[in-house]
Amino acid sequence: MPPTRPISRRLTSDRDPSRSTHHAAGRCSGQDARTPGRRRRRKLPGGGLLIGAVVPALLLGLWWLVTEGTGTFSPVQLPAPQTVFSAGVGLFESGDLIDHMTISLQRVLLGFAAGAGLGLALGSLLGLSSIADALLHPTVGAFRAVPSLAWVPLLLLWVGIDEDSKVILIAIGAFFPVFTAVHSALRHVDAQLVEAGRAFGFHGVRLLGTVQLPAVVPSVFSGLRLGLAQAWLFLVAAELLASSEGLGFLLDESRNNGRTDRLLLAIVLLALLGKLTDTLLGIVERKALKTWA
Amino acid sequence: MILPASTLTEDDVSTTGAAAAASVPISGSSPAASSRPGYTSLDVQLSGVGRSFGDHTVLRDVSLRVAPGEVLAILGSSGCGKSTLLRAVGGLDTGSTGEILIDGSAVQRYDERTAVGFQEPRLLPWRSIYKNVSLGLPRSLSKAEGRERVDELLELVGLKDRAALRPREISGGMAQRASLARALARRPGVLLLDEPFGALDALTRLKMQDLLLDVHAQTGTTVLLVTHDVDEALQLADRVLLLGMNAGDPTAAEGATIARLLNVPGSRPRDRASAELAALRGELFSGLGVDSHTH
Ligand SMILES: Nc1ncnc2c1ncn2[C@@H]1O[C@H](COP(=O)(O)OP(=O)(O)OP(=O)(O)O)[C@@H](O)[C@H]1O
Ligand SMILES: [Mg+2]
Repeated sequence: MPPTRPISRRLTSDRDPSRSTHHAAGRCSGQDARTPGRRRRRKLPGGGLLIGAVVPALLLGLWWLVTEGTGTFSPVQLPAPQTVFSAGVGLFESGDLIDHMTISLQRVLLGFAAGAGLGLALGSLLGLSSIADALLHPTVGAFRAVPSLAWVPLLLLWVGIDEDSKVILIAIGAFFPVFTAVHSALRHVDAQLVEAGRAFGFHGVRLLGTVQLPAVVPSVFSGLRLGLAQAWLFLVAAELLASSEGLGFLLDESRNNGRTDRLLLAIVLLALLGKLTDTLLGIVERKALKTWA
Repeated sequence: MILPASTLTEDDVSTTGAAAAASVPISGSSPAASSRPGYTSLDVQLSGVGRSFGDHTVLRDVSLRVAPGEVLAILGSSGCGKSTLLRAVGGLDTGSTGEILIDGSAVQRYDERTAVGFQEPRLLPWRSIYKNVSLGLPRSLSKAEGRERVDELLELVGLKDRAALRPREISGGMAQRASLARALARRPGVLLLDEPFGALDALTRLKMQDLLLDVHAQTGTTVLLVTHDVDEALQLADRVLLLGMNAGDPTAAEGATIARLLNVPGSRPRDRASAELAALRGELFSGLGVDSHTH
């Protein structure tokens, strides 16, 4: 630095009375910095987790009440909670339950990874390149217009009734929400920020990593969470249609055997697993948003 | 004092180098060629620059030379092509005709010798002020050098204690200061500022003008400053370029060109109330089509 008067001091010092108005403004703008963070909702006593458990607990109580000796429902229509629980214990001890859960979880994770990965890749390509967008978007749009379950017969015919066809179906389900979110978010990245990035020497991959991707992180995560929900939806569809294991198969088999207790067990487990994976993704999302948004 | 556009002769436009630098009349304590160690100030040469969008001509026949270290203010009514001219000089827009030379060689796409301060701060909302400023650093710098330079710039614009905050956590004036620091980070030979203080309140704007003068005194960089504020131009610039239609000639072609090119007398900071400036102010207002007596 050349030996000139340090400028930062001029912004704050009050040496020179002729500049006093400026200093007043300086001090003022020094204080009006926004307080960090957004306004929080008022903290609830006991935390959100406990509050969120109130309604499920009430429902469980109601379920227990209507099955406890009132005779409103036969055990085949609605078995008691404890019956469902012991059905779970039984299946767990035979090892079947873990098998069903593992295979379902595996299918969802594989299908989601493939579908979301492809959605991210294709969404980025079409979102960033006008040429690729003009070339491919009509086609992708046409495929999106097909209700995804319509692919099932074709998959069974081409791929057969094995793991691959199920994973592919789940991937199809996860692909579209992720693709759509990434694509439209990238199309709508603030053009002024992109121009500023270019003006400061960023282009290509570096521009992508510095401006475009961070700008779409929030939308990408909402797309991913939608995609994950779709993955579970398509898992059940795939397992109901053609499967010999998995939670969807358990649903179908239990209905055929009149084992309503196991059927309810499968539903509860699907809810728990779906919620668990979504929560894990939510934790990653929160970490990412802290860094990027 | 008043240099009609017509006095910009072929000579003025075609000569380059030190001889031309000496021939350009720059008033007062000209900072020309007085850039400090580590900083550069480059000359900008426009020859017959024009720009059309479709068949709508916005700019035509803009020819002038800006000396190294000069501060040139660009005035003109809204939509007359001030930003367009600035973007052409910075290589942000490639559709212009004519020739633009910086330091004797043609402007490149997103030219590294220039840096732009946009009308909006355009800071990345997910980055801290510190990291936003370091966005402007040249790629050649080492990490340590970069850190040192950003610290220096944050000190310069008085944001040292805000370095860790995000853009949404600071005021508009602070964001503009951060944007200025980012533009300075590459030590540009030509600093292009597009109404950088337009959105600020009057007091903050005065403070920012002082800051810009200080920055210029320290860096000696060439500055092209687009503004719509006549007093700002008179306070900051060595010369004021007024863009406009050639009102005197109804047969003139469509598109704005140099309507006036005025030398501003006196060394900065200038007395805002001086009679000389008042005369120039009247001249500029009438050039902008405003009757200065009613203002
Ligand atoms: N990308 C573009 N496509 C078409 N027309 C454009 C484009 N950019 C600018 N123009 C036109 O060029 C003219 C000058 O625009 P410019 O932004 O340079 O004006 P300006 O002098 O900076 O105005 P202001 O003071 O309002 O910022 C306007 O009429 C505008 O409509
Ligand atoms: Mg403009």
